[in-house]
Amino acid sequence: MSFLDLDEFLLELAPQVCMVFSPIMDVKKYPANVDLCLVEGAICNEDHLEMAKTIRCHTKFVVAFGDCAITGNVSAIRNQLGLGGRENVLQRAYVEAAQLNQCVPSMRGIVPPLLERVLPLHEVIPVDFFLTGCPPHPNKIRSFLCQWLAGDNPRLEGLDLKMG
Amino acid sequence: MAAKTLTINGRQISAAEGSTILQAALDAGVSLPTLCHLEGVYDVGACRLCLVEVKGASKLVPACTTTISEGMEIQTATERLVKYRRITLELLFAERNHVCSVCVANGHCELQSLAFSQGMDHVRFEYIFPKWDVDNTHSLFGMDHNRCILCTRCVRVCWHIEGAGTRNVAGRGGQSKIITDLNTSWSESESCTSCGKCIQSCPTGALFFKGATVGEMVRDRSKLEFIVNAREKKLWVYQD
Ligand code: SF4
Ligand code: FES
Repeated sequence: MSFLDLDEFLLELAPQVCMVFSPIMDVKKYPANVDLCLVEGAICNEDHLEMAKTIRCHTKFVVAFGDCAITGNVSAIRNQLGLGGRENVLQRAYVEAAQLNQCVPSMRGIVPPLLERVLPLHEVIPVDFFLTGCPPHPNKIRSFLCQWLAGDNPRLEGLDLKMG
Repeated sequence: MAAKTLTINGRQISAAEGSTILQAALDAGVSLPTLCHLEGVYDVGACRLCLVEVKGASKLVPACTTTISEGMEIQTATERLVKYRRITLELLFAERNHVCSVCVANGHCELQSLAFSQGMDHVRFEYIFPKWDVDNTHSLFGMDHNRCILCTRCVRVCWHIEGAGTRNVAGRGGQSKIITDLNTSWSESESCTSCGKCIQSCPTGALFFKGATVGEMVRDRSKLEFIVNAREKKLWVYQD
């Protein structure tokens, strides 16, 4: 959403890039030889883990995009609940907190197996750049993209590094 | 009082005998990152963010608790210091659960602003995600141990400005905890006068006024300074 808040800059950006993979595109397989990937969200389950590894293999410049990818943020709060692992998390979500149909989904392929704890992206793959914020302010995204497109080693500092 | 001459980052300055390196640096217009230091109460050197290099000393020294001496040569921004400050900050974030996006102090937090001003864009250490509770028993104030950095500002204002001695530190190392009285819940504390000075002193979102939501916890440190100035210098001026 914050990316869409780049407003008219999106029009400036469009002719300079070729978008090859995104949640708003109907592409199932991550393509090869990607120049830049903005990765949102923390690594919570095995699907995420696999995706992160695929991205790293096929991408030159990987950006941890937003506080969830960088710190785990709110999605990592489950790590501190002392729930002691994935079974208990599912138990809490699907049984204790559920009003109807209290049972942990067991059919394969419904809920990807959860990791024991939610991890920041850089704990599972090397990350080239960290774009902080919840969500990152459009000005920061723009400033990062402009520097990257100009072929510079992107650099943000001061308030542009603020989390939250 | 006699003056001492010394150098900070190669620049010669003079400062009153008995001043700390921090006071001397601030007077000379050199800023230093600090977290546990609070105007009006004595320093304890708890956070280690103000570490500086002193020529001839084998260790880095905290500027807030080290007294100046004649001819001291101080460096405040070497590569080594920048590296250690960043590590110290990252360890503070990794030690408890600091979730800026949902914190009452978001945008008004000294830990958060030090992190970005020192160039911290991520934490290289594994987060511990410990389990800490929140004491919401007091009718006006709350304490979230998840966000406490153990700077002990609240303890010092409680003992030395208010004189109530309600807040204390219990435990050791990472398990240390700020407690009220002999580790009762806040509402059961017999010594707390509900003055709110601890709330004004806290650098993070650990202490807050009840009812404050994300980003709403703005503090007024001048209230503490006012009391100290009134008491020590007999100056009754309140700067809002
Ligand atoms: S509650 Fe706040 S003031 Fe007290 S020690 Fe923790 S961080 Fe410091
Ligand atoms: S300000 Fe000096 S150690 Fe914290």
